[in-house]
Amino acid sequence: MYGRKVKLRFLFVVLILLSLVFSVFLLLKSLDENVVYFKSPSDVKLLEELDNKKIRIGGMVKKDSIKISNQDVNFVITDFKNEINVTYSGVIPNLFSEQKGVVAEGFLKDRSFFEASKILAKHDENYMPPEVKKALEDK
Amino acid sequence: MLSSLIGYYALILGLTISFPIFFFSIRNFKNREILDNKIINFTFIQLFLVIVSFIGLIFSFIYSDFSNETVFNNSHTTKPLFYKITGTWGNHEGSLLLWLLVLTLFIFIFLIKSKNLLKEYRILTLLFQQIIIIGFFVFLIKSSNPFNYISPAPKEGLGLNPILQDPALAIHPPILYLGYVGSSIIFSSVLSATSLNYISKTWATHIKKWVLVSWIFLTLGILLGSIWAYYELGWGGFWFWDPVENVSLMPWLALTTLLHCVLILEKRSLLSSWVIILSITTFTLSMCGTFLVRSGILNSVHTFANDPERGLFILIFLFILILISLVIFFTFHKTNRDSLVSFSLLSKETSILINNWFMMYFLSVVLIGTVYPIFLDVISSEQISVGPPFYHKLIIPFLIPFLIFMAIGPQLKWMKSGLHSKFYLLILFALSILISFLILKIFNAILLINTILVGSAFYLFFVTIRDFIFKRNKNFSQNLSHFGFSLLILSILFNNIFSTEIITNLKVGEKFDNDKVQITFTNLKKFEEKNYVSFKGYFLIKERKLEDNLEPELRVYNQPNIITSEADIKTSMLSDKFITMNTVQNEEYFNIRYQVKPFMVWIWISVLLISLGGALSLLRGKSV
Repeated sequence: MYGRKVKLRFLFVVLILLSLVFSVFLLLKSLDENVVYFKSPSDVKLLEELDNKKIRIGGMVKKDSIKISNQDVNFVITDFKNEINVTYSGVIPNLFSEQKGVVAEGFLKDRSFFEASKILAKHDENYMPPEVKKALEDK
Repeated sequence: MLSSLIGYYALILGLTISFPIFFFSIRNFKNREILDNKIINFTFIQLFLVIVSFIGLIFSFIYSDFSNETVFNNSHTTKPLFYKITGTWGNHEGSLLLWLLVLTLFIFIFLIKSKNLLKEYRILTLLFQQIIIIGFFVFLIKSSNPFNYISPAPKEGLGLNPILQDPALAIHPPILYLGYVGSSIIFSSVLSATSLNYISKTWATHIKKWVLVSWIFLTLGILLGSIWAYYELGWGGFWFWDPVENVSLMPWLALTTLLHCVLILEKRSLLSSWVIILSITTFTLSMCGTFLVRSGILNSVHTFANDPERGLFILIFLFILILISLVIFFTFHKTNRDSLVSFSLLSKETSILINNWFMMYFLSVVLIGTVYPIFLDVISSEQISVGPPFYHKLIIPFLIPFLIFMAIGPQLKWMKSGLHSKFYLLILFALSILISFLILKIFNAILLINTILVGSAFYLFFVTIRDFIFKRNKNFSQNLSHFGFSLLILSILFNNIFSTEIITNLKVGEKFDNDKVQITFTNLKKFEEKNYVSFKGYFLIKERKLEDNLEPELRVYNQPNIITSEADIKTSMLSDKFITMNTVQNEEYFNIRYQVKPFMVWIWISVLLISLGGALSLLRGKSV
């Protein structure tokens, strides 16, 4: 009915469409699994249920809250409304200090306890992560 | 004072030169057979004025003229001379002036080097390039003037961010810009060739050189940035899928694809639409990179100031350029329908095309990972970040077929190829999988995906080595780049699989001890330097009876008052030992990170080999 060339081209188009659909599916699935959401301590308090997804928490490091030992660092992140205890073992950025902005990435143990696997602080003393700035402005 | 004034007026004068260039170009376009010399002269004058302006800015930095706002914001009298000079392009305004400088430089070189090509094509390319140049002139003068005046002049400047005071980072921006801006010539040239229906084998041979030039510089620029991040940021890795890194990877992927398409166009007159679209894409991605990084949408060391006006300007400018190029593409471009059919299933061009599709897929993964968080923030103000697992999961599995096609493709012929006397391909493949299996088995890292991945990288490695031996002079440069790529993937894989890391907090005199490694913090000393105070830690590391002394540093800079950590790295051919030390506020404890990173140096070497292949091909002027 149709020529060989037309069939071939049809096959080609179908193949491309299928691979497109496949890659879009992969992309969306992977995005869903690997996206890290940003929350402030107050957001965490309002969470309805805790799941074990990785999240980021941002705010200020509370004054006199840093406690350090050989294995780990403990501190409190606050947005001046709510607080959350953080325990962390890993690389501590130089700009990490009390009463400065911080973003911690990790897993929630419960609504007031967070186990961080990464701490982010940027390279500029004037810099405040936009998320933190926003979280503090919202209060 | 004087140098800033000269710089400013040179810049304004430079913009006005665009008018005579436009005038003479349009007059010359129809009237005469050859290119009017006046056009070349005016292009040179424009280049000269931009150079003057740039040197003016450099002098303002050298003499610490703080009546200039850019100098005030980014320099300091105690800064070493070298960093005063490199500080010129270590900031938003200066780096854009550098963009402009490269833009005008490249179009001038283009005009000189294209003497035997069609006159109309040369003029039209110049005109498109002038549109971009004018855009940047206006942008510079209007919203990011490097010569803003402060009165009265402050006594002291604010200083340059110390982590930018580094030799690798001093040359990183110029090299990267040569790559970025090189894509502007490709863009202008493609638009002009499309409108004149001039896309042909001759044109492909000519544009290939420009593609190679930008590709080489872009590769080297990314390499420098990556090396810098490795030792200066103290992360101890070479790639973090940080949006700012992605932004430079995307044009690289597009450019690499373009390079291969241009080859097919040159040899077989095929894929002209691909070439056009990829050229436009590459330039758009380069501009987007500038936009995303400079506008403050992506936060990083590159973000000098968050000024929405600047971002908006680049965005509007970009839209205009894309609009123009799409209109030109759809009105003027005619595909040659007959040539579409003559793709044989087993040929060099098919394998290149397949890998182009893979490369486009990698590009879209990186694009989505980079843009999706921005997009989501705008529409739902939900803030998210996309981490490395996303990229690894989506890219790594597809590297396997990619590597295999990369190994087989160059062994095939153009047009149509058989599988006679290609038996060695099968033997080498079996061999590679076997070797990869044995290596991973010995080191106890056996996993199916690892085995296949390392195996296919070895496959490309062996096939290219076989070509070095048996086909010595044929396609040497192409083979070198592909060999470099296989080495890169192998080093990255081994680096990832075999890296070890210890993180601990120690006081002076304390010792960390697990069964394999002992880290002793023996001493801490203080040194006064010109613009910083250095605290040096002395560490003794015992590992399998080997002893090493490593001395990481903490630097407290005076202006701006910032603490940075300087990693200490012991490099050997087989592995890097990497240690960093960080302070924890007012505590006696120091945060120590010790890493052993195998084959680190080979990652850098292999990227050098990849770009060396490009450079060789450019020098020989033969096929890649």
